[in-house]
Amino acid sequence: MPDLTQNLQAAVVQAYQDKTPLNIIGGDTKSWYGREVVGEPLNLSEHEGILSYQPKELTIKVRAGTKLSTIADALDEHRQRLPFDPPYFGEAATIGGTMACNFSGPRRPYAGSARDFMLGCTMLNGKGEKLHFGGEVMKNVAGFDVSRLMVGSLGTLGVMLDVSLKVLPHREAEQTVALPASFTEAITIMSHWASKPLPVTAMCADGDHVFFRICGTNSAVQRSMKEIGGTLHGGGFKLWKDLREHELPYFNDPRKLYRLSVPAAAPFSLIQGSQESDWFIGWGGAQRWIKSTLPFADVQAYAKALGGTASVFRHGNRQKEVFGTLSAPVLKLHQSLKSSFDPHHIFNVGRMYKDL
Amino acid sequence: MQKALLSSLAVLLDAGSLLTSNEDLRPYECDGLSVYRGLPLAVVLPETLAQAQCIMSLCKQHQTPVIARGAGTGLAGGAMPTKGAVVLSLAKFNQILDIDTYNQTATVQPGVRNLAISEAVASHNLYYAPDPSSQIACTIGGNVAENSGGVHCLKYGLTVHNVLGLKFLSMDGELIELGGKTLDDSGYDLLALMHGSEGLLGVAVEVTVKLLPKPEVAQVMLAAFDDVEKAGQAVGDIIAAGIVPAGLEMMDALAIQAAEAYANVGYPIDAQAIVLCEVDGTVNSVADYTARVEKVLHEAGASEVRTSQNEAQRLQFWAGRKAAFPAVGRLAPDYYCMDGTIPKAKLPEVLRSIAAWSEEYGLPVANVFHAGDGNMHPLILYDANKTGELEKTEAFGKKILELCVEVGGTITGEHGVGVEKLDSMCVQFGAAELSQFLAIKAAFDPEGLLNPGKAVPTLHRCAELGRMHVHNGQLPHPELERF
Repeated sequence: MPDLTQNLQAAVVQAYQDKTPLNIIGGDTKSWYGREVVGEPLNLSEHEGILSYQPKELTIKVRAGTKLSTIADALDEHRQRLPFDPPYFGEAATIGGTMACNFSGPRRPYAGSARDFMLGCTMLNGKGEKLHFGGEVMKNVAGFDVSRLMVGSLGTLGVMLDVSLKVLPHREAEQTVALPASFTEAITIMSHWASKPLPVTAMCADGDHVFFRICGTNSAVQRSMKEIGGTLHGGGFKLWKDLREHELPYFNDPRKLYRLSVPAAAPFSLIQGSQESDWFIGWGGAQRWIKSTLPFADVQAYAKALGGTASVFRHGNRQKEVFGTLSAPVLKLHQSLKSSFDPHHIFNVGRMYKDL
Repeated sequence: MQKALLSSLAVLLDAGSLLTSNEDLRPYECDGLSVYRGLPLAVVLPETLAQAQCIMSLCKQHQTPVIARGAGTGLAGGAMPTKGAVVLSLAKFNQILDIDTYNQTATVQPGVRNLAISEAVASHNLYYAPDPSSQIACTIGGNVAENSGGVHCLKYGLTVHNVLGLKFLSMDGELIELGGKTLDDSGYDLLALMHGSEGLLGVAVEVTVKLLPKPEVAQVMLAAFDDVEKAGQAVGDIIAAGIVPAGLEMMDALAIQAAEAYANVGYPIDAQAIVLCEVDGTVNSVADYTARVEKVLHEAGASEVRTSQNEAQRLQFWAGRKAAFPAVGRLAPDYYCMDGTIPKAKLPEVLRSIAAWSEEYGLPVANVFHAGDGNMHPLILYDANKTGELEKTEAFGKKILELCVEVGGTITGEHGVGVEKLDSMCVQFGAAELSQFLAIKAAFDPEGLLNPGKAVPTLHRCAELGRMHVHNGQLPHPELERF
């Protein structure tokens, strides 16, 4: 469990002085995500280890290079888990990379995202200064919330050295039920059950069926299943895991995979040039996938009309923009924030947006 | 300069929306922390977005600071006016703009009261989860600025976990939109950054919140303990049993006695501590969890466990806790509410130190504690009319906050820094972190006109206090003079 802080800090200080661009790497399982980066690799995978885990406090503090699987095993011993159900996209996946991408699994609409469970972090800014924000407690409003800002920033603001996260207990029982439904019907059904106080922890639709995962005490699960109806889906565990890991047959396709983040109940309609088999709907309607060769601009316009955003999640030309276009004032804030953390623009330049 | 600004504002606003006389300004001299006061140049109460935008750009043009204000219930002096500044009250931005039952969202103006959202959607069996104790009065704009919590945060999160979209004004008067009804947005998580930023980065003008289905049922257990440490242990045991209570609160003897004398709800006045534990959900799961929590409480050594048998009784159990602040207010002419957060396991240690200091300073302390999330509210009793007592109280309070930091916690869990905890910020953060905060501030507000002098202390202030963190034996910023 080596502490590589000094080496990492020295490397960043050197890069700051020489204005050398760096490419921050954890388990290297998500290099396909975001735009292409040119830079000296800065490897965090050996900066790993659980620094503290207090089951009764519902918090864990880990070095950024710690594997997700290591964390899951430690939590599992106390019947706890990372509530946001993070996808791995590879066995070597680290918590640092997961937080940098803000990746969350099927449970996200009901439990919260990676960002929601971030409590604090230690990081290096672009001058190589070691900074500590937040803490290991649930509530903390001292200073600006830099820890949460770091989540999803794709390493463009700094190098996360360690993170503190809120964890939660496992649910005791879990079942999956399926109801036949078209996409249009599925949106209505999912919106209906989202407004009911049942322990639903995942909903998705593939165009033929809508699937519900119900977790809680045994009696609560049994009762909810009866109320929702449909048929028991035996392969529930595998379904949600495969959806989380993009290992469903749907995802096996060389075309661009667009991710749409839209209001959950936004009506379903086919974007021109797509067919139903190109679609998959997750997060109770709030996350929609399209496999397509359509231009990004068309998909962005479609998402915007629904009140949402789009990104090129996988494939496509990673030298072009892959995330939703920012409004002019928001882009300006991005640029000034970037410079405030990383004055010489050495961290993951261009990973999120060109020149950022 | 000021005259020119005031005459421009007078053209923009009608007489009732521009307050400048001493008499009219007086009600705005402080927020909920009344020991810090000041009079601004003017208070403006715009009615339209266009007016608010004009006010911002006029203030910028005249280099005049803007202090946004909601209901003024903040407890850290974050909305305290300063000389020469314009207080921008959002009181007239009080409309609920959209209730979307399909997406379970509500879009409201910032001056809408926290509780008014839940009331407006109650008929749909939905509610807005964060419930700070000031929820009948405090506004959603202020909740965003402070990232307010409440008694249900352990399970349902803070304001930042329950807001999906935000529109705010920059100092230029430009309207900036973040998020909407979606679960995430492109780019950096500016929405998270805006939460708890205490009006230093922008002025919220529209907020879209997430609504949750009302749980079928909630049940609360009240457990009495003859020892504070046993109560602290019980809190940890509940969590270890795999239960996430909707609320988990603790009060010590003085707080119990005060609450009972005030609210008369049948609290056990001879107990050293009580724990209130609420579970909610479906009828089935609540029955399961209640049985389990009762068992844990007995095993932890509770001398008595009562479980609410109906909604009236549940509210009665809570009434004492919710009345704790005004109840304690009757014990002394004044009280000073602290807001430190600590890891739960450190509670006995911290309470022992507080008790010892209480003796030393001759100031009684009542403790109420959001036990589930480690957020303590020690209430120090004092008399502001006695010479030197306020200073003594503040010194005591700072010691408590320093201890919170020392045991791995923070100086403020939910009330914010405001003007009150600027010195304590020098304890929690070193020069590098404070410089980063100031750089973030400058990225949003290069001229430093948005609520300046709040939330983030200058390095100079910390250096003067001699409270600068020394990392690895090296004093940061050696170029600064120290007195």
